[in-house]
Amino acid sequence: MAAVFQPIAPRPAPIRTTGFVAWVRRNLFGDWKSTVTTAIIALVAIVYLPRILDWAVFHAVFGANLAACNEARGTGACWGVISEKHRFIIFGRYPYDQQWRPELATALMMALLVASCMRRFWHWWLAPLWIVVMAVYFLLMRGGALGLSYVATDNWGGLPLTIMLATLGILFAFPIAIVVALGRRSNMPAIRSLCIVYVELIRGVPLISVLFMASFLFPLFVPVGMSPDVLLRVLIGITLFAAAYLAETIRGGLQAVPKGQIEAAATLGLSYWQTQRKIVLPQALAIVVPSIVNSFIGIFKDTSLVTIVSLYELTGAMSLALNSDADWRPFKIEAYLFITLIYFAFCFAMSRYSLWVEKQVSASKNR
Amino acid sequence: MADQPVARVNRGPSPKWSWRSQAFRGVVYQVLAVAVIGFALWYLAHNTVLNMKARGIQSGFEFLTQPAGFDIGESLIPYDALDPFWKAFLVGVLNTLRVAIVGIVAATILGTLLGVGRFSRNAILRGICYAYVEVFRNVPVLLQLLMWYLLFTDILPPISEPFTLGGLAYLSKGGFSFPVPVWQMGQKLALAGAVLGIVGAVIYRRWAMRDFEKTGRPHSLFWNPVKIIVGMAFVGWLAGGAPMEWSVPVPTQFATEGGASVTPEFLSVLLGLVLYTSAFIAEVVRAGIASVARGQNEAAASLGLAPGQTMRLVTLPQALRVIIPPITSQYLNLTKNSSLAVAIGFPDVVSIANTSLSQTGRAVECIAIIMLVYLTTSLSTAAFMNWYNRRSAIKER
Repeated sequence: MAAVFQPIAPRPAPIRTTGFVAWVRRNLFGDWKSTVTTAIIALVAIVYLPRILDWAVFHAVFGANLAACNEARGTGACWGVISEKHRFIIFGRYPYDQQWRPELATALMMALLVASCMRRFWHWWLAPLWIVVMAVYFLLMRGGALGLSYVATDNWGGLPLTIMLATLGILFAFPIAIVVALGRRSNMPAIRSLCIVYVELIRGVPLISVLFMASFLFPLFVPVGMSPDVLLRVLIGITLFAAAYLAETIRGGLQAVPKGQIEAAATLGLSYWQTQRKIVLPQALAIVVPSIVNSFIGIFKDTSLVTIVSLYELTGAMSLALNSDADWRPFKIEAYLFITLIYFAFCFAMSRYSLWVEKQVSASKNR
Repeated sequence: MADQPVARVNRGPSPKWSWRSQAFRGVVYQVLAVAVIGFALWYLAHNTVLNMKARGIQSGFEFLTQPAGFDIGESLIPYDALDPFWKAFLVGVLNTLRVAIVGIVAATILGTLLGVGRFSRNAILRGICYAYVEVFRNVPVLLQLLMWYLLFTDILPPISEPFTLGGLAYLSKGGFSFPVPVWQMGQKLALAGAVLGIVGAVIYRRWAMRDFEKTGRPHSLFWNPVKIIVGMAFVGWLAGGAPMEWSVPVPTQFATEGGASVTPEFLSVLLGLVLYTSAFIAEVVRAGIASVARGQNEAAASLGLAPGQTMRLVTLPQALRVIIPPITSQYLNLTKNSSLAVAIGFPDVVSIANTSLSQTGRAVECIAIIMLVYLTTSLSTAAFMNWYNRRSAIKER
């Protein structure tokens, strides 16, 4: 008797472990705690998201229309304040018809800054190029030659000033920081203590006290009758401040260079400076590039403090733009959000870059 | 710290006072460096003295004993405009410390929650924690302070019609008012009881550790001490007659009376600093937890520890060692950033110094006081945290 083929009942399909549904099940409803969390967040979003969207988008006024803005007050945002004031917020008190100059100068400087971050541009001519670009930058900004009208540094402001203070601050701080970091590791007690005192003194006080010093004390430090430019004084203050932090960063890199490298250099008969220049610093600086970028982000954010000593960088220019105009002053919060977005865009981009560099460095280590 | 000489090559006996002797060169370099720095400092001081003479600026700290002549919005100690400058500075220092201490506690709690939240099983929660960290740490803290201050002074309702939380606490342009217990005998005894309880808890912990090492019986090293402290405080409160009286704020037309209150300035400084710093602390905590080797978790699981126990007994103690040094610098950053209070008019030490500076013109002295206050705070915090760090560091051989 031939056996009749009897198929067994089909088994249920295995639970899917890939795809959207599986992802949601695992990540949103993994266990009861996760489910409750998802539910609470969803509830909060359902209540508040429509209100926020109403304020920011649906009831908002986008044109520079003061009457409409006043009418929408309390129910909708007035983004018109940005279209009305953005030139003043971004360029500060720089003369309106000359604002192509900071635009061009800053673009030039940022292009060089970005290029300096790329390995393929790391050549000897980068240093002289910086000097040339800085000369062009100051010629463009200050004017007074080549048919450009003169603009006093008091009138520089806005985003170009923020970028300039951060860039020049870190650029000038860099050589000081290298010397101080090396000095802190020196075996000469007097030099080591001088460097330690400098670093700990600066790192122990807030930037604002250094800026107060730049603003109130630096004029007393110079010979009688001289009065250095306020921008220059603040730049010196920021440089001294950044140098102390940068020195600690670089010292971390110096410590990470294996001692065998230095001993090998000594065996080859290299002098102290040859060892540092050819062996130690190239390795140490490559390690700390991400931390240097992070220091740059810190200085970039800290430049907002110079508004307290009356230099009108982005934050200061925004306050100036809105406080000087009673009509638009009620819509300050929208202007705040606008410059928040600018700061965030810059800092976030730089922190992504720093992470990327970190990955590159660790990739080269884990060949 | 004690770094080895970089390239000490034994060149054989070299004449002591020769340029070829490394020791001699070292002495010359150091003398030169000290001389240059000394001359630079002397030159700056010399110029300062000349400038002050030319501009008729007086110097010296004797102004500290003269009446300050300005009022201070909020103060922990009684103060009025006739009090001397040193008292005004003291008020400023106390305000700075108040913001810094409350801020550090709050930022630590919020930052730890956010940092642990990055490891949540829930994707939305992970995303929210990530977004929070990125947004708050990439925007200047000064801007955040200004924004909070604007919110508090512009958006909140006027004093006469405040927001209320169940009729107990009120939030308005005048600040935040909340009920406090009336300070009586019972509270004093409760405080004394709590102090006694802390002493008792320390003794209990010592005994418990010794007993555990001797017999292997585990004792709760967290909940039992907490029970001891709370219990002793409760006994003290009962002994004082168990006072139940609360001072509840009552809103009136011009002010909210009764209870305790904090000004919008204090709130905006606190909120701005806490939200900013907690983003950094969250990153520190996340990195600390991520630094604990995965094998540790697996080993704990194979010993049969529950996830909560693993976190408490295995992961966190090891993460703490990685977390403490960077979190110390975040605490110091918060303290230093509290100086930004000057931008919104909270009377911290910088703001008081700024006012005194514009009133007396003694720039050198006022700035020296600011720097001294922050240096003392920074160095003592650093010393304390170094001590704690040494205690919790891995004891290796």
